[in-house]
Parts: sequence; structure tokens; C-alpha cells
Amino acid sequence: MRYFIRRTLHAVFLLFGVSLLTFLFSALAPGNYFDEMRLNPQISPETVTALRAQYQLDHPLPIRYVHWLNAVAHGEMGFSFAYNSPVGPLLWVRARNTLLLTVTATVLAWFLALLLGVWSAARFGRGPDRVISWTTAALLVIPDLVLALGLLIMAVRTGWFPTGGVVSVSFDELSPLHKFRDLAWHMTLPVFALVLATLPTLVRHVRASVAEVLEAPFLRAALGHGIPQRKLLFHYALRAAANPLISLFGFSVGTLLSGSLLVEVIMSWPGLGPFLLEAILARDLYVVIGGVLLSMIFLVAGNLLADLLLYWADPRIRTAASAK
Amino acid sequence: MKQRRKLKIWLVILAVLHAIIAAAGFFAPYDPVEQDRDRPYLPPMHIHMVDARGHFHFRPFFYPLRLREGSFDQFEENATHVVPLHFFARGAAYRLLGVVPSRLHLFGAAGARVYLLGSDAYGRDQLSRILYGGQVSLLAGLFGAGVTLFLGALIGMAAGYYGGWRDELLMRMAELFLALPWLYLLFALRAFLPLAVSPLQAFLLVVVVIGMVGWARPARLVRGVVLSMKERDFVRAARGFGASDIYLLRRHILPETASVLLTQAAILVPQFVLAEMTLSFLGLGVPEPMSSWGNLLATLQQYNVLVSYWWMYLPALAIVPFFLGYLSLASALQERVGTYKIEEKGGWNPS
Repeated sequence: MRYFIRRTLHAVFLLFGVSLLTFLFSALAPGNYFDEMRLNPQISPETVTALRAQYQLDHPLPIRYVHWLNAVAHGEMGFSFAYNSPVGPLLWVRARNTLLLTVTATVLAWFLALLLGVWSAARFGRGPDRVISWTTAALLVIPDLVLALGLLIMAVRTGWFPTGGVVSVSFDELSPLHKFRDLAWHMTLPVFALVLATLPTLVRHVRASVAEVLEAPFLRAALGHGIPQRKLLFHYALRAAANPLISLFGFSVGTLLSGSLLVEVIMSWPGLGPFLLEAILARDLYVVIGGVLLSMIFLVAGNLLADLLLYWADPRIRTAASAK
Repeated sequence: MKQRRKLKIWLVILAVLHAIIAAAGFFAPYDPVEQDRDRPYLPPMHIHMVDARGHFHFRPFFYPLRLREGSFDQFEENATHVVPLHFFARGAAYRLLGVVPSRLHLFGAAGARVYLLGSDAYGRDQLSRILYGGQVSLLAGLFGAGVTLFLGALIGMAAGYYGGWRDELLMRMAELFLALPWLYLLFALRAFLPLAVSPLQAFLLVVVVIGMVGWARPARLVRGVVLSMKERDFVRAARGFGASDIYLLRRHILPETASVLLTQAAILVPQFVLAEMTLSFLGLGVPEPMSSWGNLLATLQQYNVLVSYWWMYLPALAIVPFFLGYLSLASALQERVGTYKIEEKGGWNPS
């Protein structure tokens, strides 16, 4: 329990640091949304001054930070200048789209990675292992930018997949079953890109840790006792190899909001990524801060989750933590 | 022995790749900003040895493209007009490595422009733009890695050597930076810097932004080395003889961190080249008319380009051999150093 509290405090401290850091950066930034408004001859200087006062931009930084913290506590996270509405709800809609994509991709990628990784480790150095190793190596040297663009070009040239948006124009008129199909159809390409981008790393980690465990005497003994291979691999070996994988899983969960940024921009998926990019280009300050902070919360939560899972799965950590 | 050879092979391959980009002026047939407004989005040309009548030519040649009858954007080969390729031809003036003025190009053609990889919206030669763009992208990666390693080594040594609250503070900060996803960090940093800047300023900005992001991992590794080194007998002996902190760090401890820093460099450079590509692709990096691998790809964000002009995708493939080279070099280095842990076996992790 004390372990849990300590990790949580650590996480909160981390979040606090990030929010302070982003706020500081924003203060040092040259130019803001209203500077560009000032260049517009149709908007009078008085209006700009009034707007600045309304958004409390003229207050000194510490006061603005406290105001902002207060807004975060109320779920608003500041005010978007461009959308003229609180940042919180805006972010939430976009985050939902992103999560739809990334949760699917992460589940799929981990399922495939566990299967392929364990299989590869079980056939270590033989045919299937070689094929998987080469494939993952080849995928590793193709950066996600290149991969996503390539897939997109393939899609537009063949017309096999839709290349933007979450649903078709006629979505509202479809029956529930067709709605689901339409959504899945639109998700195929970005999910595929995300899975291909994360799969090689995951497969290699699974393979490496399972292969190491398979050398252990207790598994050789189990094999000698005639325990069926499938049970041996997925029940005993995978469990013993779980430690590094759990940390990696925590990282996967942590990047749910931030990992798909590039793919979203390339495939025009209306998630957090394009939203944030737009905000950066428009100097919509609080949207940027809010977006960064939201993804940071996910990262911290992912790490926390990994810590807890490790505590639950690994008796060595439990004893080490209680010994302290 | 085998690892040594592997290391050497990859080093040579990388050296060749970099040499090609460094000597872009020689390998590129044209100036990267020279426009030919009559020939926008020309598809890559075919190089022939045998002409339409079945005659064999000793000199490779191409047919210039012309607009197809009744079309405004479809090109076809003008088979009546053979233009031979000349090797080591004289063409546009350039400065080799930015210093030596020269007019010599690997190949060129008289009478018509040759577009081996097609042309872009302004009729600029795509091959030349990719080669010159590589200079920008690779330099950003190399400089960025330099800045990062410098910062990382400095912070790591300070934390490891002085210890105490300084160590605690610096390592907490490193944890913070490790936790942030690098693309977001890059974005956040870039968001708060001016948007409209000259190409050179933009390039420097990108380098600094990229360089500031990655210091945490090398700093932690360097700190580990310093921690074990400062308790070694010869270091303690030197301290006993009255050597100053600076002397100890420079003379005894810094050399020991070399292998860690080298390995990190091999990991960081491709990552930072990709970072530059990503920033420029999104319009936050190096602007036109300067070309970089990232902003060459930016045209793909227009739907019509995506659908009709596949050769605009070619700059993306330019980075793949570099990635392969650097990643293989990194794994060879890791094997040699013996820090080949399970984490590293998992392959390249961009965060």
C-alpha cells in the first residue's frame, strides 16, 4: 500500500512539473494569438485590448498559472481563443477519436506480438524464427512517416480503403450493423499503419524475453515431464518472462494519446494530433498546453499501471518493496 | 573478429551514403531551385539503350516528354527526338562541400532537361532536390545529435561526479524528459518559438529544438559510467595527488564514456533526421525554397498530388538506407561494447 502511495505521489509530482514547464515555455514564447489579430485592420486595437483583458492575459504569470489550475480543477483547462470555448470539451471529443484508433491498434498489436513472439522464441534460430526476425528488422528500418505515407498512396491509388474521416457522409442513415461496418472500414488504414509501426518492437521484446526464460532449468524440467508445449509456452514461460513486457505494456498504454499523432495527421483522422498541430500554428496557447498535459496524464497513468501490474505479477518486487 | 568486420562494413556503407549526399552538387544534374514552369509534375523519365526503330545506342539516351494531344497534364515520350546522356558533363555552377567551385556533374544532357525521378510543381528536378535536401536533413540530424550528446555528457558527468542533491535534481529532470513523448516535446518546444523565420534561422531552430529533446537517455548512461569510474583506484590515486575536478573529469572519466556516447550517437542521428523530416513535413521546420526530405514530402498533404504524382513519395525512401546503416551500426557497437541487454535487443524504440 505504501508502495502504491509513493508511486502515485511521484506521478502527481511529475504532472505538476510538466504543467509548470509548459506554462513557462508559453510565457517565453514570442508572439501570441492576439498579436496576429492586431495585424488585422478590421479589428480595432480596443477590441484586442478588451479580449486580452477578458482572457486575463495581462496578469503576471504566477496569477495566470493559478487561474489555469483552477480551470483545470473545473474540467475546463483554460479557454481556446480560436474556438471561443473552454478547452476541456474540445479536447475530449478529439481524444475520444484518438482513443478509438489507438486502443484498437494496441490490443491488436499486443495480441499479434505475443503470438508471433512466443512462436518465434519456441522455434529459436529455425525457419519461422528467421522469417519473423527478418520481417521485423525490415519493418524497423522503415520509419512510421514513410510507412504511413506509403500506405496512404497505396490506398488512394487502389481505392481499397477510405482515406480520411471517421465515418461516411451517409453515416446517420445507416443501420447499427452498417454503422459499425462503416466505422471499421474507415479505421482499417490508420490502425494497420499503427500496428505495423509498433509490432516489430513488441515482437522483438517478447521473443527476447521468452527465449531467455526458455533456457531456465524449471522449463526444461517441465518439458521433460511431458507438459504439452502450448501450455508450457503460454502458461509457464510467458508468465516468467512477463517482467520486461509489463513495463513495455505500461509504455504502450501511456502513449495511447500521443503515439498516433503523425498517423492521424497523415491519414486525416480527426483526433488529438491534427487538433494540436492546428493549435500550434494558430498560437492557440491553452489548447497546446491542455493537449500536452492530457497526453502526459496518460503517460503517467500508463507508468503507474505498469508499476502496479509489476507489483502484482512479480513476487520479487513485492518483497523488495515491503522490505524497505 | 566477426563483429569487428560487421562494424567496419557498416561504417564504410554509411561513409559512402554520406559522401553521396555531401557531394550532392556533383551527383545532382541541376540546381535544386532552378525552375522549369512549362514542365510541372513530369513523371520520371525512362533511360533507353535501344531506340524506337530498334537501333542500339552506345550512349544511354532518353526521349524528352511532351504534352499528349488534347491533354493539359498528361505527358508522352517524343520518340522522334533522341537526347543522349553525357557523363561528367558541365552544367550549373555549384560549390562542392560548400567550398570548391565547380561545374562538373555526374551526368547531364544538352538540349533538354533530364528528370530521372520526375519534377515537382515548379518543374524542379526531384533527384536534385532529394540530394540537396539530404544535406539539410542529415546535417540537422548530426548537429542535433551533437547538441544532445554534449548536453547529455555534461549533465551526466555533473550528476554522477558531484552526486548528492545535484544528482537527485538532474536525474528527476531526466526522468521527466524521458517520460514525455519526443514528438510532443518537439511540438511543444516548437510551438513556443517564432513561426515565420528565414530558412537558415528555421534550420538552426530545428537543430536546437531537436538537440534539446533527447539529452536524458545519454545523461543517464554517462552518469552510470561516471559513478563506477570515480571509485576506481587510478582515479582515486589521481585525486590523492591533488588533481582538480576538471582535470579528473577531462583526463580520466570523459574518455571512458566514449563508447557509450558513440553508441548513443548511432542511435540518435537517424532518430533526429526523422525528427527533422517530421517537423518539416508538418510545416514547422525548414521552409521552401530550401529543400529537406521532410518538406519535399509536405506536398503529399495535397490530395491531388497524392492521387496523381506517386514520384513525390520518393524522398521518403531516401532515408531508409540511412536508417538501415545507422541501426546496424548501433547494434554492432552495442555487441562490441557488451552492453547488449534485453532492452536493446528489442530493437529500435523511437521514444
